Amino acid sequence: MAEPATATQAAAPAVPQLKDELDIVIPTIRNLDFLEMWRPFFQPYHLIIVQDGDPSKTIKVPDGFDYELYNRNDINRIVGPKASCISFKDSACRCFGYMVSKKKYIFTIDDDCFVAKDPSGKAINALEQHIKNLLSPSTPFFFNTLYDPFRDGADFVRGYPFSLREGVPTAVSHGLWLNIPDYDAPTQLVKPLERNTRFVDAVLTIPKGTLFPMCGMNLAFDRELIGPAMYFGLMGDGQPIGRYDDMWAGWCTKVICDHLALGVKTGLPYIYHSKASNPFVNLRKEYKGIFWQEEIIPFFQQIVLPKDCTTVQKCYIELAKQVKEKLSKVDPYFDKLAEAMVTWIEAWDELNPTGSSVTNGKAK
Amino acid sequence: MSLSIKDDEIDIVIGALRPDLTSFMSEWRPIFSRFHLIIVKDPDLKEELKIPEGFNLDVYKKPDIDCLVGTSTSTIFSGYSCRYFGYLVSRKKYIISVDDDCYPAKDNKGILVDAVAQHITNLTTPATPFFFNTLYDPFTEGADFVRGYPFSLRSGVQCALSCGLWLNLADYDAPTQALKPEERNSRYVDAVLTVPARTLMPISGINIAFNREVIGPALLPSLRLGGEGKFRWETMEDIWSGMCVKVACDHLGLGVKSGMPYVWRNDRGDAIASLRKEWEGVKLMEEVVPFFQSVRLPREATTTEDCVAEVANVVKEQLGSKDPIFARAAKAMVDWVMLWKSVGSSTSSPGA
Repeated sequence: MAEPATATQAAAPAVPQLKDELDIVIPTIRNLDFLEMWRPFFQPYHLIIVQDGDPSKTIKVPDGFDYELYNRNDINRIVGPKASCISFKDSACRCFGYMVSKKKYIFTIDDDCFVAKDPSGKAINALEQHIKNLLSPSTPFFFNTLYDPFRDGADFVRGYPFSLREGVPTAVSHGLWLNIPDYDAPTQLVKPLERNTRFVDAVLTIPKGTLFPMCGMNLAFDRELIGPAMYFGLMGDGQPIGRYDDMWAGWCTKVICDHLALGVKTGLPYIYHSKASNPFVNLRKEYKGIFWQEEIIPFFQQIVLPKDCTTVQKCYIELAKQVKEKLSKVDPYFDKLAEAMVTWIEAWDELNPTGSSVTNGKAK
Repeated sequence: MSLSIKDDEIDIVIGALRPDLTSFMSEWRPIFSRFHLIIVKDPDLKEELKIPEGFNLDVYKKPDIDCLVGTSTSTIFSGYSCRYFGYLVSRKKYIISVDDDCYPAKDNKGILVDAVAQHITNLTTPATPFFFNTLYDPFTEGADFVRGYPFSLRSGVQCALSCGLWLNLADYDAPTQALKPEERNSRYVDAVLTVPARTLMPISGINIAFNREVIGPALLPSLRLGGEGKFRWETMEDIWSGMCVKVACDHLGLGVKSGMPYVWRNDRGDAIASLRKEWEGVKLMEEVVPFFQSVRLPREATTTEDCVAEVANVVKEQLGSKDPIFARAAKAMVDWVMLWKSVGSSTSSPGA
């Protein structure tokens, strides 16, 4: 049975890598007690707290953390009418944190995620592993059967062409979860007691041309390389769908990464996910998504981005255009979403004026 | 082991490149003894094979190979390619094949890995090549499809090939092993995953299993290096064959899995000595990979034999002029399809 590490087991690294280049974005509607457990690993870093729900409520941040906190009033004030693209009453609001950050890297984590233990019992510094993943290349063009060749103790296998061994920059590091796995509502209902106790000691690059379900619970990315693609969509209050925010961002991000020759890694690090949300509530939120994804997936699989989309923003605007053209017939929601995607890019560029049209990688 | 698979649907094929198989067979006895084994002796090996008693097996040597395919053809089964003869003459549905310098491995809990059982599990549960599951094999105990995985893709497709891995001496090429002479693989990754459709990979022949009925003809001896030798560092035959298999599987809607089971691969050979020979193979991969990534098989290719014949065609057209090694490989592939049709094409019913 998986167990979280206790606070005393977590030992801070001697030198916190990238401490001035990385922001930790945390959406919350409840409280931030979970930060106590992460303190040895997180304290050197700057936090961006995005407070969802009632802005008049005070969310207490544990002492000793350096942070900025934004509630709905702040969001409205900062982006004005463009705040319409930021979800309310859904953790999708976290992407506001990505937008206002001034750092190169983002790590985002849910407030019910704790420090996990590896099979030897040692506390896992998830942030450190994400940083390792982001700072080493990805290998999307050819699958390495020994997984990440840049990890200690591994390498490229026989038959792997040398010309592909430099790899490409890593844009996204997708971590996993012990204990409560990220299942959808129907699976949760069928297997309410299933717990993920399997520690898979691997990081691997998701190959080019392959989509995956990106979970936002334990995620890091290079904001400079891919930030504008990390829009978590329109969810929650007033929207017909929920629990597809990270999925949507993941599909858009993967298509753009594939186009710009950037890498997406998945696997380590693990966190310990402690709360199983109510499957009936989840079912109501996901219900439409379960049907819509049958149309959405082929849409993303068949997208071709034109060669002149050489920046993330250009790719994203093109995506929004195609969403409007091809997915509106599925539901008028996609019309709204396509518009929100454009609003998001406008807001992003407003808040991040310098370097916003830097060419990222080579368009294929 | 799946209850619906009978032991007599499985052949274990071993290519013997070294004469003394005593310790190999003894170590594998607890796992292999219930199955029928096909041992194929490298036709170039002069010494007599030493095989311990107590196994249900058939041994094929040069005279047997010559007799079945003729002396001029039997050269294609030299070295590591001798195992393909075993695949050809087998009449079983599933084949499991490991190199003769590999032993059973132990997992993270110190328990002996039943490589046969794991390969069979891989082959008899669906593969999921069209969308990546972040919790790896969803059909494994304690795992499932994650949120966001489309329901219409959850039944998966038939798995045709299971690629295992290696502890201790990993399947590195000679330059890599020469640069890191002490490096040994000690990381046991507790996962099986489906390699996505249209994603290519180096398929090592050291520890594999496949559904012979479905994909048999695509595992073939065809690319032979000029300096091909008796160490894996001196071959690319399995890598080439693996590319054909993956392209065929992608075209036919079949799955390929990679990951467990692990075998323990013994130290053998000298990477630096092999470096000189294998450099040829390393250079060839620069052509081979982009080529296979560009191959598109026509709709009319509906069987594995069709796929192999088509690939052979394209190899001849596009690579044949670049290096005679490819022209020879293309011819070998065409010959193989004919050989398979005449010698290898049937599966007997279980119990026969």
